[in-house]
This record gives sequence, C-alpha cells and structure tokens, in this order.
Amino acid sequence: MDIAQVIDYLKSYDGRQLKLMEVCGTHTAAIFKNGIRDLISPKIRLISGPGCPVCVTPTAFIDKCVEYAKADGCELLTFGDMMKVPGTAGSLSENKAAGEDGAKADITIMYSPLEAIEKAKANPEITYVVAAVGFETTAPTYALLVKEAARQGVKNIRLVTALKTAIPALKWICENQNDIDGFICPGHVSVITGVHVYDELAAEYGKPFVVSGFEAEHILAAIYRIVKQIEAGEGRVENMYPNAVKEDGNAKAIKAIEDAFEPGTAMWRGLGLIEDSGLYLRDEFSEYDGGSRGLDEDMELPEGCRCGDVITGRINPDQCPMFAGGSCTPMEPFGPCMVSSEGSCGIWYRNRH
Amino acid sequence: MKITMAHGSGGKSSAQLMKDIFGKHFSNDVLAKMEDAAVLDIPADRIACSTDSFVVTPLIFKGGDIGKLCVCGTVNDLLMMGAVPKYLTCGFILEEGLETELLDQIVGSMAAQARDAGVIIVAGDTKVVEGNGGMYINTTGIGVIPEGRDVSSANCREGDVIICSGNLGDHHACILSHRMEIENEITSDCAALNDIVDALFAAGIDVRTMRDVTRGGLGTVINEIAESSGCRIELDEDAIPVSREVKGFSDILGLDPLYMGNEGKMIAAVPAEQAEKALETMRSTEHGKDAAVIGRVQPGEGAFIKTHLGATRRFDVLYGEGLPRIC
Repeated sequence: MDIAQVIDYLKSYDGRQLKLMEVCGTHTAAIFKNGIRDLISPKIRLISGPGCPVCVTPTAFIDKCVEYAKADGCELLTFGDMMKVPGTAGSLSENKAAGEDGAKADITIMYSPLEAIEKAKANPEITYVVAAVGFETTAPTYALLVKEAARQGVKNIRLVTALKTAIPALKWICENQNDIDGFICPGHVSVITGVHVYDELAAEYGKPFVVSGFEAEHILAAIYRIVKQIEAGEGRVENMYPNAVKEDGNAKAIKAIEDAFEPGTAMWRGLGLIEDSGLYLRDEFSEYDGGSRGLDEDMELPEGCRCGDVITGRINPDQCPMFAGGSCTPMEPFGPCMVSSEGSCGIWYRNRH
Repeated sequence: MKITMAHGSGGKSSAQLMKDIFGKHFSNDVLAKMEDAAVLDIPADRIACSTDSFVVTPLIFKGGDIGKLCVCGTVNDLLMMGAVPKYLTCGFILEEGLETELLDQIVGSMAAQARDAGVIIVAGDTKVVEGNGGMYINTTGIGVIPEGRDVSSANCREGDVIICSGNLGDHHACILSHRMEIENEITSDCAALNDIVDALFAAGIDVRTMRDVTRGGLGTVINEIAESSGCRIELDEDAIPVSREVKGFSDILGLDPLYMGNEGKMIAAVPAEQAEKALETMRSTEHGKDAAVIGRVQPGEGAFIKTHLGATRRFDVLYGEGLPRIC
C-alpha cells in the first residue's frame, strides 16, 4: 500500500467521529508543518497531548532557576526554549536582561548538558546550575553528566531537575479522560523505552497505541493503523517506526537513567501531581541536586487561561479565550505552551488561518 | 598587539590605527582628502540609501567574516531596490582587548569585498569600548537607481512567479555549527549579489520585487511581500532548495530552513511569461546557480505553502529567535 492510498483512505473515512491524541510536541509540529489535518477526514480529529517538556514545567521550577541565576557565584545553564517561560518573577529571558530588583542573572544557553563539565573545571569558583528539563529522550544525557562529574571529582555542578517520564502521564490521561480513541506514541521516547511500555495501557484500556516516526508518511501510516484497529475492534500496541524503535528500547540508556535517577511524584503544569512521573537524583548523587524535589507550585492561572484543557486535548488552543482574545501570544506568552516551538498553542498561533 | 582604550582616544594611538590598518586597506581619493565629510558627486534622480549593523559570533566563520558580511549585507539591501551600489560608510565599535592582527584581517576582507561589489568606502569612524575583544560594524550604503527600474515589495501582481536564488539556511547552520562546535562542511553563503541583479536587468527582465533572504528567513520575507503587495503567495515545499547537509542539520536541531537566516540569497518576483528566462539568467550566474522557481502570486492574501503530500497550510513570520529545542 503506498502513501497515496493511505491518504485516500483517511480522506474518505466516514465512520464514527474519532479523537486521536499525538502525545509528543514534535508530532504536533510535524502535523502542522505537513498540513496533515488537511489530508484526512474531519471525522478524524487530532489533538495534542502533554508531550512537550517545556509546556508541563511548573512555575516553581522557573523561579528556582531565576533564584540560582541571580545568586552570587552561580551561573545557570539552560536549553534555549526555556528562556521565555514565564515565572513569578519574570522569565529567564527577562531576568537576563535585567532582574526586577536590578540584579543581573547569569544565564548561558547550552547546547548539551555535558558542556557543564568543561565549564566547571575551567572556573572552579563558579557553581554551574543546569536546568534539567526533558523526557526519557534527554534524561540519559543528564545521567551521563552527573556520573561523569562524580567520576572526575568535579564538585561545582548542580542540577535542578524537572525530568519526566511519559508513561505515567499517559496512564493519567487514560484514567481521567476516557474519550480518546487512540494514541500516536512518541517516537523519540520510544527509542529509549521500547514498545512494551505501552502493553499494559493498551490491554487495560483497550485502545490502540501506535509508535510513529516524524516524517509526514510515518504519521499518516500511524493514523491509518489506529483507524484500522478501531474499525476491527482492536486496541493493541504497534510499532510503525521499527527502523529507530527496537522492541526493548535502548538498554544502555535505560540503565544510565536508572543508575542516576529514581522515580518520584512530579508536577505537570495543567495536569497536577502525577505519582512516579518525575525523575530525581538518587542518594549517591545527592550532592549534585540543586533542590529539585517539591517544586510543585504553579502560577495561579488567570481567569480564562485553559492550559490544562489544551494539553489534555479537551479543547483546541483557539478555543481558549486568552488565545482567541489575543492576550496570550508568542511575544507575550502567559503559559509555556505558547512559548515552546513544540507547544500546541504556539504551533496553532504560528499556523493560524 | 591588542586594542586598548587609547586607540579610541582620538590622539596618537588612534592616528596610528587609522594609518596602519584602515588607511592601508581603504585608501581612495575621497578618504585621502582627510576632510570631516566625504563630498560625493552623484548624478542621479533617485538614490537608494540603507544602513545595517553587524553583530556576529564568531567574527570569522567558514565562508566569510564580519568584514565581508558588513559589505555584502548593505550592498545587497541596495541591490534589492534595483540600485547600483556606489558608496559605503563604516562605523566600528571595537572592544578593548581585540587583537590588531584580527582587525587587520577583517578590514582587509572588507576592502576586498568592497572592490568586488564595486563600492568605495568614503567615510568611517572608530570607537573603543570596554569588553572582551569583540567588535561590531555598522555600514551605510548609497546607490543610484537607473531610470526605468521600479522594484518594490509592493509590486507583486497576480500570476507573478517567485524565484529563489539558491539553497537556504547555509549561513544560519554554519554559524550555529561554529557556536556548538559541531564539525561539518556547511559553509556560509555570505556574498554580494551584484552578478544576479545585473544579469536580470541586462536580460531585460521586468523585475517586480527583489528581497534578500536574511534574518527571519524565507517565511518572514514572503509574508512581508504578501502583505505589502496585498496578494496571496503560495510556495511549493518540494521546490524550496535546501542542501542535504543543512536539511539533516536542521532536522536534528528542530530548526526549519523556512525561517533560517542567509547572507547571500535573494528572491525575485517576475511576470509569469518571463519566468523561464529569469530562471535561466539567474542560473547562469555564480551566486544563482542553484536557483529555482518556488512559488506563485495568486488572488487573495497571506502566505501559504503546498506541502510534500499535497496539503496547503498558511505560514507566518518568525517569532522569537529560532533557538534549538530540548528534544
């Protein structure tokens, strides 16, 4: 079956109304970039899930980062897409320009967390605080960072972690919002975790979980397989990205994560606390922890902000009054989903008709 | 030797710097008069003028340096109005600690590029500030617009064809590679586009609109043209030229070549009946050899792109900085 036949099938689908969730922000971006909504029947509705690490980061985490960045003798290292996420005392970007109290925040955009080692060795008088945000895909690099720092005896590095794992969040969605008919599972996360992590969810909730790559053809093939499963009354795990995703995942990366981190309760902005969905440094690496536990507080959402409904797919971003009314934009974002290049609101805004 | 605050004092050290570096590279009849201002004889009805400041890290990159860049950037802005670039002025802000050998190399590169682009540097200024050995350059350019040329972002009409002069994203990917210390063969496209523009007019093409595709990328430029001209522009995703290396690089970092910066690429809108000739003309030049027809002007408004699989979506200008993502 070639891609034209898949498109033909999905375009002419006329069965019951379906609601499919693409869990990963990179999928949301690819769906818009390739105009996939245009290529399938309006009876197949695609909704964005909570799979953008920036979007689910609570305000308390940003505040902690700002605090470190302004502290004497500290420099904060962060990925670029965290810079504009709003915190109680402004975003990292605003604080870098000039803190509200006039103090200058030391912030450097990093391209790899491992940069911290060289910096820390070159400047022993500075403590390098790494804003560690991400899912299973990014966690192994942070694990390598602490292991390497420990091996080399580098002491002036701290991690503030908001690392999360996807499966507990998927389970939360299945439990709390049972109207989703199938899931397009994140390709990059699955490269690490393998495909069996979805078995229990598929069996318990009887829904299709199909792992997809990031090309338009991959995503269309995954949607096709989900629709075919639903039509056949099935709900099982399928791997439509076998070139990259192995059944058992990447054992080395999984071991690196397990060696450095242990699961714990984490705050998901818009969803709330989810048990065992966060990764925290184990006791043996506790000297590298910059106070990552208990960063649960989130900014009180202003009247009208519906971030939680957006990232659980209850509404489309343009149904949020702050989006529709123009008070939340990529230039003046209120929530992180408007900030990140992979956040659903930002993607909708940039591609709005 | 390093630049110190004394080089900005206006005294002996300043004079020495003028003589040793700027005088050596930039000597011409206008500068040689050493007056407070250059007196220019410009016989033209219409003059184009543009200014731009250049801030780039690193100062020297694969395919160019800040000196070459600051000439090409302003020359290209003049060319895009159909002007023939004639004169440049330059303002240097040097940070204390800058190596004079590096300054010499950059000024030499500026002078060479100015000769290639047919412009004369007629005025300049240097200031020294505290810092870490960096430098910034502002250039202002003047060009004359020959009679009969009418090029503007507002001139696109229904049916016009949009041609892009070559592969997109090279400069952006090159600079990021340097900053991220990623080794690859990606080279900046930094170039003055005189050859393309001269060839188009020499071939008698009625060019409606020209824009160099710099920061903000093609996506931003197309949106601006669609708005200025009050029309709809539809691009064909498969036709947009991007090299394999840059495509791979941008995929990994989550960057979209549609929004990546360039320093030697332009687009031109031409009447449909002249499109084939314009494309051939562009391809016959050094800087336009990878030119391609990438879209058309249609009735309506806004910027749209027809995707690889045949869907159509609207695209917007670049928001923010285009930073690499987390995952």
